[in-house]
Amino acid sequence: MGAVLVYVDQVDGAVRKPTLELLTLARRIGEPVAVHLGPGAEVAALVLAEHGAARVLAAEAPEFAEYLVVPKVDALEAAAKAMNPVAVLVPSSGEGKEIAARLAVRLGSGIITDAVDLEAGVDGPVATQSVFAASFTTKSRVTKGTPVITVKPNSATPEQAPAAGAVEPLTVAFGDAARGARVVSRSPRESTGRPELTEAAIVVSGGRGVGGAENFSVIERLADSLGAAVGASRAAVDAGWYPHSNQVGQTGKTVSPQLYVACGVSGAIQHRAGMQTSKTIVAVNKDPEAPIFDLVDYGVVGDLFEAVPQLTEEVKTRKN
Amino acid sequence: MSLRIVVCVKYVPDATGDRHFAEDLTTARDAVDGLLSELDEYAVEQALQIAEAADDAEVTVLTMGPEDARDALRKALSMGADKAVHVEDDALHGSDVMGTSLVLARAIERTGYDLVVCGMASTDGTMGVLPAILAERLGVPQVTLLSEVAVAGGNVLGRWDGDTASERVEAQLPAVVSVTDQSGEARYPSFKGIMAAKKKPVESLELSDLGIDAGEVGLAGARTAVEEAAERPARSAGTIVKDEGEGGKQLAAFLAESKFI
Ligand SMILES: Cc1cc2nc3c(=O)[nH]c(=O)nc-3n(C[C@H](O)[C@H](O)[C@H](O)COP(=O)(O)OP(=O)(O)OC[C@H]3O[C@@H](n4cnc5c(N)ncnc54)[C@H](O)[C@@H]3O)c2cc1C
Repeated sequence: MGAVLVYVDQVDGAVRKPTLELLTLARRIGEPVAVHLGPGAEVAALVLAEHGAARVLAAEAPEFAEYLVVPKVDALEAAAKAMNPVAVLVPSSGEGKEIAARLAVRLGSGIITDAVDLEAGVDGPVATQSVFAASFTTKSRVTKGTPVITVKPNSATPEQAPAAGAVEPLTVAFGDAARGARVVSRSPRESTGRPELTEAAIVVSGGRGVGGAENFSVIERLADSLGAAVGASRAAVDAGWYPHSNQVGQTGKTVSPQLYVACGVSGAIQHRAGMQTSKTIVAVNKDPEAPIFDLVDYGVVGDLFEAVPQLTEEVKTRKN
Repeated sequence: MSLRIVVCVKYVPDATGDRHFAEDLTTARDAVDGLLSELDEYAVEQALQIAEAADDAEVTVLTMGPEDARDALRKALSMGADKAVHVEDDALHGSDVMGTSLVLARAIERTGYDLVVCGMASTDGTMGVLPAILAERLGVPQVTLLSEVAVAGGNVLGRWDGDTASERVEAQLPAVVSVTDQSGEARYPSFKGIMAAKKKPVESLELSDLGIDAGEVGLAGARTAVEEAAERPARSAGTIVKDEGEGGKQLAAFLAESKFI
C-alpha cells in the first residue's frame, strides 16, 4: 500500500483533532505517514500511532516557528521526495492551505482545498467539496502529479487504528526562500475555556440582533449551559462586539456541528456558507421573514432577549 | 524610485445570485451578474493606502478573465488605481488555480512590481491559495491574510490574527501580500473617480504575449477535474413557532426531544 503523507497540525506536541481526522481518511487511500515539524514529536507520535500512523517523520528547527509557511513547505517537499506518496493531506487552515499549495507547485501537482470527505477511487482519491456557499456538493480529483488535498475540520470521526508510528528523523535543507517572511512578535490570545469553534458539537451564535458587546453574555450563558462554542456573524464582529476568531461564515470559520443555534442572525448567504452543513439548526429571530428560517429544524419568532434566557434556564433545569 | 504595486483582482458571479455549474462543470458565468469580488476591494483599498503613504507609487490592477471582467478593472480604476492589465484568451476557459497563477505571475513580471496585493480568497472558488502560489512562482516572500499592512524602508509589515495568537510579520520587497476583510472598509468610487477611470489605460494581453502555451492553461492544462456536481437537497421545512411567552421553553423541549439536553 502506498504512503499517504499527513501534515500534523499541533501545538508543542499536542496534536489537534483535525489531524486525527486526516489519519482516519488517509487509511482509506493508503498507509498514513505523519509529518511532524517542531518540538514534541515523541509525545505526538503516541497519539498519531494510535490513530493509524505507520511512521512519523519528524524535523525540528527554529525556522518552523520564526518564519512563515516556506520552511514547512521545504520539509514536506523533503518528505514527499523520500516517500513518493500516493497523496499528501493537510488540514485546511489558512496556513495549511498555503503550505499545500506551494508544495503542489513544487511537485508539479494539482491541488484540491477544503475537502469535506475523501474516498479511494480507480484513478486516485476522490474529494468531496461543498461549494457556492454550500449550495452544491462536488466530487473532484487531482489529475496530474501526486494529489495534494486539504481537508476541513469535522470531515470524519477520528478512529482508533493502532499502528507502529515509530519516529524517524526527517532531514530538511532549507532553500533560499525559507527565511523570507519573518515573525517579528507573537501575542498569544487568552483561552476562553470554551470548546474550539470548528470542533464543537454545539455552536451558539449571535448576530447584529444581540445589539452590543455586553449583551453577548446572553449568548455565552446559553453556550455554557449547553457546553457549546460561541460564534458570531460578521455584523457582530465588525461592530466590535465579539472577536473575529469567532466569526462564522465565508470569511470566518466553517462549522458543521450537531447543533447550530442562531440568535439574532438573519442568515445571509455568506453566513450560511459557514454553517449550512450543520446537522440540526435552530434559530431565534424577531423577523418571521429572516432567511435563516429557511434552514431551521426549529425556529422561534421572537425577541432573543426573552427567548434565549428562558431557554438557558430551561436547559439548566432539565440538565439537573 | 517609484513603488510599483500590482493588485490581482477577480471578476466573480454575484454570491447573492443563484450560482451554478455549466455543462462542462466550470462555474456558469452567464446566469448571474458578475462583479469585482468584494474581497478584492479590500486589496485595492490597501494598495491605494500604501501608494498614498509612499513618495511616489503606481498601482496597476490585473485580472485574467472574459471580456466582462473589464468591469472589475473599471471599478478598481474608479476607486483610484492608475492603470489596468487584462489577460483575455479563449484558451483560458476552465483554468484551475495552477493555470491562473501561471498567467498572473507572468503578467506581473511583465508589468514590473515591488509589491503584489491580493484579496484573501475569491468569493466563488474560495480556495485562498493563489497569493501563496504567486509567491512560489515569482520566487519572492509572502505575507498573507493580513488584517493590517504597511510598507516602510523597503519592507512590508503586517499583522496576522490567528486563533491562538496575533503575529507581527515582515518581509523584504519585492513580496506578495494578501489582506482580509478585517483590513478596513474599501472606499466607494467618487463621481470624479468614475469619470477619471474612463481615461485610464487598460492593456489587453493574450497568452502569446506572456509566452504561455494554450496547453498549460484552461481545461486542457488543469491539474484537477470536477467529476460530479450536485445541488444540495433543500433542508426539509422545520417547525416555526411564534413566541407567546413560552418560546424559550418550546425550543428547550425540541432540543430535549432531539437528545441535545
Ligand atoms: C465578501 C463577503 C464576505 C462575508 N463574510 C461573512 C461571514 O464570514 N460571516 C457572516 O456572518 N457574514 C459575512 N458577510 C456579511 C453578510 O452578508 C451579512 O451582512 C451578515 O451575515 C449579517 O449579519 P447579521 O445576520 O448578524 O445581521 P443582520 O443581517 O442585520 O441581521 C440581524 C438579524 O437580527 C434580528 N434581530 C434584531 N434584533 C433582534 C432581537 N432583539 N431578537 C431577535 N432577533 C433580532 C433581525 O430580525 C435580523 O434578522 C460577508 C459579506 C461579504 C460581502
